[in-house]
Amino acid sequence: MSELRFPVNEHDHVIGSGDAPVTLVEYGDYQCPHCQAAWPQVELVLRHFGRDLRYAYRHFPISTVHPLAKPAAEAAEFAGAHGLFWEMHSAIFANGQQLSGAILFALAAQLGLDANELRDALEQGTYAAKVDADFLGGIRSGVNGTPCFFVNGERHDGPYDAMSLSAAIEAASSEAPASIVRVPVA
Amino acid sequence: MGEILQPVTKAPDFTAPVTPDQKLSLSDFKGRRVILAFYPADWSPVCGDQMTLYNMVLPEFRKHGAELLGISVDGAWCHQAYAKANQLHFPLIADFHPKGEIAKSYGAYRDNEGVAERALFVLDETGHIVWSYRSPIAVNPGADGILDALERMPKLETADV
Repeated sequence: MSELRFPVNEHDHVIGSGDAPVTLVEYGDYQCPHCQAAWPQVELVLRHFGRDLRYAYRHFPISTVHPLAKPAAEAAEFAGAHGLFWEMHSAIFANGQQLSGAILFALAAQLGLDANELRDALEQGTYAAKVDADFLGGIRSGVNGTPCFFVNGERHDGPYDAMSLSAAIEAASSEAPASIVRVPVA
Repeated sequence: MGEILQPVTKAPDFTAPVTPDQKLSLSDFKGRRVILAFYPADWSPVCGDQMTLYNMVLPEFRKHGAELLGISVDGAWCHQAYAKANQLHFPLIADFHPKGEIAKSYGAYRDNEGVAERALFVLDETGHIVWSYRSPIAVNPGADGILDALERMPKLETADV
């Protein structure tokens, strides 16, 4: 149970190269306080591992308890269509505690995105299918809450602080095929 | 800790409250597929807990013709408040009196703590267990195992409904 069923692919938002020995996939919800707290931790981890880590973020909005999570995810996708996914992603998480429809529009405006276009995209659910597909894929992989991390395809059931994530990444890295593991210099 | 009931055991029937003035029996679901999700307690202190998650996956369960029943030792009033707060759209069974009797009959009761295990059972149309799983008590098992089990069952069109 609980292995990532859908490897990182061209539909994902990815930081880092496919050559990296470890891939970290996160399923997150923009209105979830734990996900908001996890993002700076992920940023630390990304800085720490640099080119040795690939990271992908997928949407897992738990809409019944977080009504703004899905609109926020769609807004991030909208920004992504304009090449600004990570900018919007970071901005939403940074403003997570005061998230509202107005905030989403304000953040989009700060990135120079067109408010009317965003409104149309949200009203027409232009990016809803993408968000739903992420969610269902997460369900099939055993996502059991948010944030939910997978390290080289295996669900990480531990805490999401940078130390715990790093330890899991190190462990996965030492299990990776020898050819792509950096040989430590004594 | 004993073993939870395994396939292809006949699922023990039960009748228990789902609301303060309403009871439900497993035998009411004869001819339908049923998911029984035992869990320790209402009001887990996390967002996106197991029942909230399953609530989101209900459309997928129903695509496979399966009804979901949550079961814990919480009373019907507690279930009512919990279901309302989380907008749950499936019944929560109160295994409250005699406490844990249903969980015990499935081998899914923790005597020391006095709560149900996190145990999942998928039942076929004849009320037999086709899949069961016990998760570590602190780990929400997610919904992947349930959906995999439902997918392995015969397609509904050909099933003996």
